[in-house]
Amino acid sequence: MSELSSLIHDLELKSVRYRKSILSMIKHANSGHTGGSLSCIDILNVLYNHVLNVDPNSPSDPDRDRYIHSKGHSVEALYVVLADRGFLPAEEIYTFEQYGSRLIGHPTRKVPGIEQNTGALGHGLSVAVGMALAAKKDQRNYRVFTLLGDGELTEGSVWEACMSASHYQLDNLVVIVDRNGLQITGPTEEVMRLEPLEEKFRAFGLAVRSVDGNSIPQLLQVFEQIPFEKGKPSLILAFTVKGKGVSFMESNALWHHRVPNDQEYEQAVEELEQVETQLSGTRLR
Amino acid sequence: MNTLELGKPNQDVVAEILSRVARQDPDIVVVTGDSRGSAKMTGFGKEFPDKLVEVGIAEQNLVGIAAGLASTGKKVFAFSPACFLTARSLEQIKNDVAYSDQPVRLVGISAGVSYGALGGTHHSLHDLAALQAINNIDIVVPADNFETAQAILQAVDYGRPIYLRFGKRPVYHLHGPSTPFKIGNAIPIREGRDVTFIAMGETVAPAVLASYLLEENGISCGVVSFHTLRPFDKGTLFEVAASSRALITVEEHSVYGGLGSTVAAILMEAGLFRPFKRVGIPDEYIVTGSQEEIFNHYGITPGGLAQTALALLEASHQTFLYVPERLDEQLRPDAPSD
Repeated sequence: MSELSSLIHDLELKSVRYRKSILSMIKHANSGHTGGSLSCIDILNVLYNHVLNVDPNSPSDPDRDRYIHSKGHSVEALYVVLADRGFLPAEEIYTFEQYGSRLIGHPTRKVPGIEQNTGALGHGLSVAVGMALAAKKDQRNYRVFTLLGDGELTEGSVWEACMSASHYQLDNLVVIVDRNGLQITGPTEEVMRLEPLEEKFRAFGLAVRSVDGNSIPQLLQVFEQIPFEKGKPSLILAFTVKGKGVSFMESNALWHHRVPNDQEYEQAVEELEQVETQLSGTRLR
Repeated sequence: MNTLELGKPNQDVVAEILSRVARQDPDIVVVTGDSRGSAKMTGFGKEFPDKLVEVGIAEQNLVGIAAGLASTGKKVFAFSPACFLTARSLEQIKNDVAYSDQPVRLVGISAGVSYGALGGTHHSLHDLAALQAINNIDIVVPADNFETAQAILQAVDYGRPIYLRFGKRPVYHLHGPSTPFKIGNAIPIREGRDVTFIAMGETVAPAVLASYLLEENGISCGVVSFHTLRPFDKGTLFEVAASSRALITVEEHSVYGGLGSTVAAILMEAGLFRPFKRVGIPDEYIVTGSQEEIFNHYGITPGGLAQTALALLEASHQTFLYVPERLDEQLRPDAPSD
């Protein structure tokens, strides 16, 4: 197995396990945003295990890369990945949304590794612009990443932030859009048309690439290419499937924040474990 | 003797102090939203082009960017007219600054009714109420050039989110240069046994002038510059309430949710019942006019405030001023019963 295919294999296996953890956490809390966490988990997996320069032992290093989870409702995915990277104890994810827990239902700086409290949509990109601007002013080499939901793009503040990101030529800024095509009410294009999205972002001065946001190889490849253009912020339009990895949750807006019942949970885990077994088997060979 | 000397607009002082500090402190960053002219920050921008971030007319983005800059250790002063800053971007203040604990110094300029006849879109008579209901942001409304300079200097190394509110017009000098100033500590300017004005910002000067008028009429009248609404200086309020028979709050803000209603609530909870009046902007469509004309209309003038004080004292003599004392006597365990 080549180094790259070994990396891909390891990350794919992690993604399946992360999906199981997300579901287990949501089931345990009897609350959560299932669909969006499953759609963005491959992106967070590649970011935290391969791209971001972050260290749980020095979460305040001034030269660390910054990540802002602008689609704050998919916090389960973030907590699971941060726990796996050692920013918080693995078992703590089961305190999610419990009385007195620091694991609030949206990202909070009470949790090590989280840079900004998010949850109200359309905020993360402006804050990321501020961080990226500070890096330029201080001539530091860190990069700033932020993940936005596609439903979030109807917030006007997102476009204010895009304008300023390109005005200040922030090529140390990487904006990722989790383009799963669904929001709580239904398909994004029915709720409020976003397309043509690539053209919109280009017109606002960002350098755009589209990828399959649930494909580890494609994500690895696209992150290798940042910045896409010198002097421009990079935008990754990551086409994903909401509820990815569980057949009956995929592309179904119902699962935006539905919690699986016992039977659904069992079936979901079974599906994921089949994939996990397959991947583990491949590894053994 | 009983006059005040006119100084500069507080906003001019803000700009001067920040330029002075920025010459020494590499971490100062000013963020403006097409407002550097009204904020008097044009000179700052020329002297320090790298320390001024222009975001255009986009207040939400302005506050978000300020929070991101602050997260890296920059000492960020984010300027915008108070009316827009605390309404258009209220959610960014609530989440990106206060809730996320990013120590941004938000500077609301041309506050209150500074914009006068430009009307309700440009008035900020809600900002103190809105921000008081948000956890983790301090609120300072300096009255004169001295308080302004001190507040800005202390804000430079302030470790918490803070909102500083300034007006547009020249203001009167109230304090000497050696007056102790600390954010969170109200400044008693004059003591008065009969009545005390608890005022903030640009209403402190008319309150002081009103106290001179009252003094001439044999009324002992105090004035406190209550420049900080949060953290609230209960100690000074209680001292004033202990030494003055009646209290009047004065503010360039709605009478709801600002200084007056806060003082009233704190006095009530402490069991300190005093003849009391809130002076500010009532709950109505505001009369058209300059700041001065609006102040006149609502009695925020030396004469208007003196009349309010006399009316309050008169009414309280006739009604309940001595009731608490009588009650106190009756409730005392060793009081003679018959």
